[in-house]
Amino acid sequence: MHEASIMQNVFDLACDRMRAESATRIVRVRLRVGALAGVVPEALAFAFEAMRAGTPAALAEIEFERVPARLVCRACQREFEPDGFPDACPCCGSWNVDVRHGHELDLVLVEFARED
Amino acid sequence: METTRWVVEVNQALLGKNTELAAQNRLRFHAQKLLVVNIMSGPGSGKTALLERTLSDLCGRVRIGVQVGDLQTDNDARRLSERGAPVVQILTGGCCHLDASMIAQANEKFDLSQLDLLIIENVGNLVCTASYDLGEDLRVVLLSVTEGEDKPLKYPTLFRKADLVLITKTDLAAAVGADLPALRENIHRTAPTATLLELSARSGSGLDSWYDFLWQALKRQIGKAH
Repeated sequence: MHEASIMQNVFDLACDRMRAESATRIVRVRLRVGALAGVVPEALAFAFEAMRAGTPAALAEIEFERVPARLVCRACQREFEPDGFPDACPCCGSWNVDVRHGHELDLVLVEFARED
Repeated sequence: METTRWVVEVNQALLGKNTELAAQNRLRFHAQKLLVVNIMSGPGSGKTALLERTLSDLCGRVRIGVQVGDLQTDNDARRLSERGAPVVQILTGGCCHLDASMIAQANEKFDLSQLDLLIIENVGNLVCTASYDLGEDLRVVLLSVTEGEDKPLKYPTLFRKADLVLITKTDLAAAVGADLPALRENIHRTAPTATLLELSARSGSGLDSWYDFLWQALKRQIGKAH
C-alpha cells in the first residue's frame, strides 16, 4: 500500500547517483524484492510507471530480482524454503523459525546514459 | 551525437533513510531513559480503548506520553487527553503507516525528559506498519477475538516482528464464537518468540498481566540506562 513512497526513495537515490555520475538520464533500475517484504513487484512497477514522467527516468525501465523466503529452524538449524509463510520445519516440525531471506527491499543497480 | 551507457551497482536498502532516522530517535529516547512501545493492529482492535484504560490506571505511578497516528481526525487524541497524559495526534494525511520522521517531529511537542514511557499508537493497518522502524523498544500487536482466528496467518509479517501479542475484547469471545485455541496456535506459529496475553479493556480481565509486562520492561530500561 505504500509503494508510491518506496518508489519515491528509488527516484531520490537514483537521481542523487545520477548527479554524482554526471549522467543525463536513467535508462534502467533494478530492485531486489523479498517474498516477505510486504510489497509486490507488480504494484511497484505500476507506481514507477505512474511517477517517472517528467523525471530523468521518464524513459527508464524497471526490473526485479525476486528473492524467495528462506527460513532457518531454531530447533534443529535446518534451512529450508517454506511452502508459504509461516511454515513449520520440514525436518523436525517446529514452528520456531527465523527468516534468513525474504525481507530484502533494495535498489540493486542503476543504468545511466549521457549524450556527448 | 554519441550515447554512452553504464551501470552502477548501488545495493542500498530502500527504507534505509527511515532506518537511519529510527536509530536517531532510539538514541534520543535512550538518552532520556525512556521506554518506547509501538502499538499496532488492524482498525478497530481496541488500541485506543486499551490506552484509555491504561492511562487511567497507570497515570500517577508512571509518567506516560502518547503519540497517536491516524489518517484523519483528532478523535483519538481527544479521547486520550482526558486521561491525564500528554497526547500528540499525528495526522498522516492518507499515509497508511507512521514512519520515523513523523515520530521525530512529534517528539518536539513533548518534554521527553519528563516521561518514563512513550506509547505510539500506530495507524490501524496490519500490513504496512510492519515495515517501518520508529525507534521503539517494544512492538506490541493487538488482535481482537472478533477479527477471525486466521488473521496471524494472513498477515504474518506484523505478527512475526511482535515482542508481545495481545488478544483483546476477550469479553466478546463467547458471543462471537471465537475459537481461542486456534487463535493462540496461529499466533504461536507466526510469532513463536512473542509473549502472548489475553485481556478485555472493558471488563478489566487480564489487564494486570499487561501492566506487569510494561512494568518489567520499564525496570529493564532503567537498568540499561544506568
